[in-house]
Amino acid sequence: MVGPATDRPSGEATYARIVRPLLLPTWLVIGTLLLLPVLLMVVYAFLTKEFRGGVEWKFTLAAFEQFFINRGLFGDEPAQIEWTYINIFWRSIWQAALATLLCLLMGFPAAWYIATRRPETRTIWLFLITIPYWVNLLIRTVSLRFILRDNGPLNEALIAIGIITDPLPILNSNLAVQVGLIYSYLPFMVLPIYAAVERYNFTLSEAAVDLYASRWQTLTEIVIPVVKPGIVAGAILVFIPALGAFLAPDLLGGAKNFMIGSLIDEQFRGSQGNWPFGAAVSVILMTLVLIALLLQARGARRPS
Amino acid sequence: MKGVRHYPGFLGITIVCLMVLYFPLMVVAVYSFNASTSITAWGGFSLRWYVDVFTGPEAERFGLATWNSITIALIAASLATIIATAAALAMIRGGRFRGWKATYGLINLPLMVPEIVVAVATLIFFSTIGLRTGYLTVLLAHITFCIPFAYLPIAARLSGIEPRYEQAARDLYATQAQAFRLILLPLLGPGLVSGWLLAFIISLDDFIITNFVKGAGMETLPTAIFGSVKQGIKPNIMAISTLMLGVSVLFVSLSYLINQRGRSSASIKE
Repeated sequence: MVGPATDRPSGEATYARIVRPLLLPTWLVIGTLLLLPVLLMVVYAFLTKEFRGGVEWKFTLAAFEQFFINRGLFGDEPAQIEWTYINIFWRSIWQAALATLLCLLMGFPAAWYIATRRPETRTIWLFLITIPYWVNLLIRTVSLRFILRDNGPLNEALIAIGIITDPLPILNSNLAVQVGLIYSYLPFMVLPIYAAVERYNFTLSEAAVDLYASRWQTLTEIVIPVVKPGIVAGAILVFIPALGAFLAPDLLGGAKNFMIGSLIDEQFRGSQGNWPFGAAVSVILMTLVLIALLLQARGARRPS
Repeated sequence: MKGVRHYPGFLGITIVCLMVLYFPLMVVAVYSFNASTSITAWGGFSLRWYVDVFTGPEAERFGLATWNSITIALIAASLATIIATAAALAMIRGGRFRGWKATYGLINLPLMVPEIVVAVATLIFFSTIGLRTGYLTVLLAHITFCIPFAYLPIAARLSGIEPRYEQAARDLYATQAQAFRLILLPLLGPGLVSGWLLAFIISLDDFIITNFVKGAGMETLPTAIFGSVKQGIKPNIMAISTLMLGVSVLFVSLSYLINQRGRSSASIKE
């Protein structure tokens, strides 16, 4: 996911003659169980909703209309912009963007510090950063919910120290969701930046210092432009999952702080659901992700 | 030399990062040994919640969920590893062929599409072809998203093995199958193991996709935990969480050690 180490065919093409049979299982499995379903989902977004949570195979734009346009409770009022869902998207976008920024502010110094250690110590630091990523995200989110509760360890500690007298209502707020997002995806930011800093040629910094650049100037004008592809990769790896996050908003945000993930999830629950609308929201989310990836492709290009 | 690498405060931020990452996990691990029934007050050290996990009222539900989780992870990781190994051979040792880039994109597709979208698309697909949601649908979905995780370490390992070892075997009249089985496969070993372990962990951890395609009645460990947590965090959940935490750490450490040993034992790269 991080390094391009395996990007190009290398060495002798010993398996050139059986490429097709070797790739057949991959094409079959990912093709039928993911690519085809995603295309089918796009079709579903244009189908008619049935009463019991299914669909009728009749083309309609109803799902997208429901998303963008408000015609009143009975559908007979003049069309206005429907803000409910746009607001949920807007909240998700700024939450994800803020989480990305804060992860960058914490992750860059950490990645830099780790990458400038001696090789042996470096692997230990790196190992410590990666472990939480492999721990079940659900369990990590549950532990955060446990800590942030009104009478949880964090509030009790703050009261014991005497900073506050009444517990802070952190849980079920935007702040709790933000903490959850940072906590979930911080390792995604550190790893690609680490990989970029590890390849950084430090003589560039030395040259800058010799020419009387300050530490800060060296960082912003030399280091950051050079390791930019790593920063952009990290930002993408945090932003995309944060945008579609389900567990952090659901377990930490409560009902008032809905994000896209919960909105989609709701459309597929029981007979109250609306599959075409859920598919349409997913399509809109996927479009945003595609835009982010295109921006990344542009940002990752090294300055020549 | 040291001057340009050193920025004041960076060590502090690194430590803050680690504290943020570990503090919640440690708190839960500590509270799982709490003797008290209340999750707030500390009532002394006890293993009662671990006993409760295996014998308590929810033991059967969690036992079944664990069984489902483990069997699905075993099958999904194994099939994904086989599929990914074949794909890696074609991608790394197949020379240049038409569709290389498209295939590369396809392998990484499960990583590019947001999980919730994968979940929606998979559910819609199974419902359209009329496959009833349950164990089988969860397994199929898991095999799919495990492939890129198995592929990454295997492909990385393979591209580090020079083709001349197999070439030497072929020169000595080994068939291609023999060269693969006797030469390439043992060299590939560490990559296979860490690919399998990562796929196993990823499968064991998945919540969102499983929750969509599992149907009513079927549970894996994460969906069972989620169901309980919705009614409030009970101490037995913290004991289960701590056990799962231990399993994850053990597996990642294994994968890491095997990779390290592989790197030092086979000085393949010269």
